[in-house]
Amino acid sequence: MLTERTIEKLRILAESAKYDVSCSSSGTVRKGKAGMVGNTVGGVGICHSFADDGRCISLLKVMLTNYCKYDCAYCVNRRTNDIRRATLSVSELEEITMEFYRRNYIEGLFLSSGVVRTPDYTMERLVAIVRDLRTVHRFNGYIHLKSIPGASRELLAEAGRWADRMSVNIEIPREESLKLLAPEKDHQSVFQPMALIQQGVLENKEDRRRLRHAPRFVPAGQSTQMIVGATGDSDRDILRMSSALYQQPTLRRVYYSGYISVNTYDPRLPVLKQPPLVRENRLYQADWLMRFYQFRADELVDDLHTNLDLDVDPKLAWALRHPEAFPVDINRADYERILRVPGIGVKSATLIVNSRRFARLTSYHLKKMGVVMKKAKYFITCGELSASYANPIVGVNEMHPERLRPLLVSEAQRKRAALEQQMTLDFGNNEGVTTTDGTDKTD
Amino acid sequence: MLIYAFDRTLDGVLAAVFDAYSLRQRPDALIGEGEPLPLFCDESHRVATTEEKARRVWKGLEKHLSHEAMRMLAVSFLSEDRELDTPLFHYIYKVFEAKRSLERNFADPDVLFVTNTARRVMHERLRMMQFIRFQKAQDGTYLGVVHPDHSVLPLIIDHFRDRFQDQPWLIYDARRQYGYYFDQREVTRVTFEDTASLPFDLRTGQLAEELLSENDQLFQRLWRTYFKAICIKERMNPKKQLNDMPRRYWAYMTEKQ
Repeated sequence: MLTERTIEKLRILAESAKYDVSCSSSGTVRKGKAGMVGNTVGGVGICHSFADDGRCISLLKVMLTNYCKYDCAYCVNRRTNDIRRATLSVSELEEITMEFYRRNYIEGLFLSSGVVRTPDYTMERLVAIVRDLRTVHRFNGYIHLKSIPGASRELLAEAGRWADRMSVNIEIPREESLKLLAPEKDHQSVFQPMALIQQGVLENKEDRRRLRHAPRFVPAGQSTQMIVGATGDSDRDILRMSSALYQQPTLRRVYYSGYISVNTYDPRLPVLKQPPLVRENRLYQADWLMRFYQFRADELVDDLHTNLDLDVDPKLAWALRHPEAFPVDINRADYERILRVPGIGVKSATLIVNSRRFARLTSYHLKKMGVVMKKAKYFITCGELSASYANPIVGVNEMHPERLRPLLVSEAQRKRAALEQQMTLDFGNNEGVTTTDGTDKTD
Repeated sequence: MLIYAFDRTLDGVLAAVFDAYSLRQRPDALIGEGEPLPLFCDESHRVATTEEKARRVWKGLEKHLSHEAMRMLAVSFLSEDRELDTPLFHYIYKVFEAKRSLERNFADPDVLFVTNTARRVMHERLRMMQFIRFQKAQDGTYLGVVHPDHSVLPLIIDHFRDRFQDQPWLIYDARRQYGYYFDQREVTRVTFEDTASLPFDLRTGQLAEELLSENDQLFQRLWRTYFKAICIKERMNPKKQLNDMPRRYWAYMTEKQ
């Protein structure tokens, strides 16, 4: 039976869970089943609400308990933190999930937990809840389960049978930095469960080839998260790690979480007045470019440019570094090359390659289709924008990238980026650290 | 200028295409019956809608368009946008005129307009799937009231029937005064004859307190608490929130009441 006390517990545990950014309910389509509640829609998933910080609320993101035996510097639930602690009972959590789902508040459950006693003890309780939801409450909606590093193989195997997606967070891309902030953890403890889950998925795929009705194992794959700005790791470290992860067949999403100063007293952590939101946004843009625009990580960041440009988005930055790739002829070029034009996205690129079979496209058509001509016009030729003598185009090659760049950066964008750079404090003892524009700032 | 007047139904648009071909005419615009004729109108014709005409045109369309494009045509009409009539008519007219399928020719303004309208309707369909909030009544029925811009309820009932197949629900469109009721077996379209005796408030969707199930209030409070707790104050971004969840939907959403 739920009481006033439950409301308070839910508040505490939601506040503890909110720094985990993953929220998606995508990756698997499962129709409703007779006698069960719920389905999953796949595709982009459904966000049921948007909190005041603009982040989507798709799953009931909550911890079973926020007691934890670890003391990771970046985590709000670390052992030495003086925060309110609570534990939801198994029946409370199940009832809240079911009732929320039936009212169309949520798409499913995202369950994680602090580590109490041993990893196995904690994992066992998480698995028990998920099993109960599926078998007792006949819940057929989405379940995202955090796997506890160090939990046994058997528990992971059972969890995978009930959950749609499982995740283990890498948190810090370079192992040295991770060791500094969380001495009790290493990369091995993250990659091992990841590998186990992947093995389970691949074995299950094999089984299903022979037995069509074999129960599915983690059908929506895995996801992970990295914290941005808590250590001196550059965007190159982060994107290289993401790119390596996306090579894995079961890893679907990498999330980036701009570090929020939760533990300001810890000298190992930077003091940020505001989270690095612009940088986080640029990382997501780069992530999208890798997943949907066929960019490689080393095209976006390299030894010369270890961090993404905060003033312009990574696609425009690439275009300005590579004027030789332009202009692109809208009426002739391959889909892949059209995708690389700043101002043209997946949607308009698809419209373009479909429509140009019927008519020669002009900038009027492009505008109607939703192309951002303000940007794209410097990088394309189309119908009337041709390089004829009488009517020369003014593109990236004619203007030179360094003169074009200021035209494409809006004042508001520049200000936001500049403000964030001022907030970045240097890590005195950590070598190899550069602030985003390559200069040292100590203010 | 040649104007056709029709009865503002999808069948009417199809019948207009039928008439245009049988009279060997090409009207410039479609208007609703009873609407004043525009300036410079030389000639007008009143379309008599019959099921037979509409069926024949629809069948003819099936030969030239993909299943997906046919669905887009039907979906776009649910927008209830008056501006759609003429482009939709021209789109269908051109399908029969063209030698090849033109559903992907987005350089054609009519095709683009119809496609974009259909896309807008599908977007609102998604918004309904996101933002409908149910309250549980004492008899176990779940009630959700909405106020969509386009008439999208027919597009979402399949989703809700699949998802909540073991609970009776009623989804009601407060703007158009109709809804769908699911009795755990099939979905039926319902209207209330007397809007004064509705058991819920049309402006907030709130069910009368004496009809609300026992601990529904508690779950509403739990949800509001969760909604507040999950927000990270350092990242406040009301602009993005409004972008993804426009204010016109808030009146019926539990967490914003």
